Amino acid sequence: MRQASVNSKTVVQFDSVSLRYGNGPEALQDISFSLSAGSFHFVTGPSGAGKSSLLRLLYLAQYPSAGVIRLFGTDTRTIRRQEVPMLRRRIGVVFQDFRLLDHLSAFDNVALPLRVAGLRESEIRPHVKELLEWVGLAEHLDSRPSTLSGGQQQRIAIARAVIGRPELLVADEPTGNVDDAIAMRLMYLFRELNRTGTTVVIATHNEALVARFDQPRLHIAQGRLAVAEAA
Amino acid sequence: MLRPLSSSLPLAYDESHRFLPLLVALMVFLAAMAVAGALIVHGLIGRWDRDVTGTLTVQVPPPAEAADTASSLRERLHAVERVLADTPGIASAQVLGRDQLVGLIEPWLGSGDLVSDLPLPGLIDVAVAPGGAIDITDLARRLAEAAPGTTVDDHQTWLQRLVDLGRAVEAAVLVALATVAAVTAATVIYATRTGMAVHRRAIELLRLIGAEDAYIARQFADRAFALALRGGLIGLLASVPALLLVDWAARRVGSGFIIDLSVPAHGWPLIVALPLLAALLARFTAQAAVHRATGRLP
Repeated sequence: MRQASVNSKTVVQFDSVSLRYGNGPEALQDISFSLSAGSFHFVTGPSGAGKSSLLRLLYLAQYPSAGVIRLFGTDTRTIRRQEVPMLRRRIGVVFQDFRLLDHLSAFDNVALPLRVAGLRESEIRPHVKELLEWVGLAEHLDSRPSTLSGGQQQRIAIARAVIGRPELLVADEPTGNVDDAIAMRLMYLFRELNRTGTTVVIATHNEALVARFDQPRLHIAQGRLAVAEAA
Repeated sequence: MLRPLSSSLPLAYDESHRFLPLLVALMVFLAAMAVAGALIVHGLIGRWDRDVTGTLTVQVPPPAEAADTASSLRERLHAVERVLADTPGIASAQVLGRDQLVGLIEPWLGSGDLVSDLPLPGLIDVAVAPGGAIDITDLARRLAEAAPGTTVDDHQTWLQRLVDLGRAVEAAVLVALATVAAVTAATVIYATRTGMAVHRRAIELLRLIGAEDAYIARQFADRAFALALRGGLIGLLASVPALLLVDWAARRVGSGFIIDLSVPAHGWPLIVALPLLAALLARFTAQAAVHRATGRLP
């Protein structure tokens, strides 16, 4: 087995990871790489190459059919079931389809990870308000997602992903539905988080964005890792 | 401002839970009827038991061929009374007058001439002294020697039949309650599974942001509790007039012949607690159903 390089601050480590959905063909084949703490990577590749599958493995929505994934040093094959939620709380996720809960306000959607983690309401409110102000949604605290534009919904989804100051942030096309100005603002938010120690992984089609931020990339092609640039 | 955790899943808008209050209302109504029935029967048996325990009934038949039946029967009764007076452990022996005997059979035979012409036996109501131990077989033998044909009834056969009846009613009520509980639990499981299927993506989201199974289970459990409690209270409110109607109808019949069919006072707390018990059952069932389902997720 090909081993990815490991050091004491490795946050993500994939060793010969493959993923197959049911009896279908392998969506990912023999992927090996590692991400050190505080790194910032783009995941690029054409549609259907396996970017979203790779991200699903990263945020534990999926487990590999073969190979080993270690997150924060923990082997996901051997982790006890009751320890999985704690591991997931260390990971912030921006979903491509946002996955906002429409019966909740923007405020409540963003507050959800903190409530799930059992924080008190007095601790939650100021943080959520501050973050929603930062992403330009201070006027929409009580708005339902369905009443907001796609770009506004995306910002709520991003705010929800970062509210818990995750150690690993995984974002699937986080700037896909916003104009350039908002896209830049969101990228600066991710970079700010990265500077405070969060490891950031962003899947994107936006080559201009990748070029502008000049961060290493993991390029996926036909389910294989074609390029793995070091941080 | 406090925002409840229970709002994380949109269960308030969930059609799959709409019928739960109606079903629980029906179940609590049936349970209230069953429990009330059991309590009434239990109370009746207890009352009859208290009334006849410590008493004996001595029956002295009239002589078959006597010119003066009345005086002959009187003599036989005196003979029996003497035996009873000499028996240790007997507190009192009261001979029932003819009017009392006629009163006892009037509900069956009416109050016409037929009753007054009947050759009625003599009845003696015997009270046993507290702690008194009487050998019924020996007493019956001595009484029969004093007045042939005399019998002693300590009511045990009748009481045993009553106890058997009570046990049968209690068993039937337990079966009814178990059925009601099983139907309620099955309905809650169905509603919970349907709700989980409807909100599959929201549940997946909660899990991906770090929700424990217990957090998700609590959402469903709280909802099931609230709906079952609401339904239970409706069922309880419907059962009270029904029980009062039975009580009223029984009182209308009147007389000591019919029995008191009102729910004993100590039974009401149990009946009033039924909605809460149903709600707790719904809560724990929903919780278990969610844990079982999420336990199979990755």
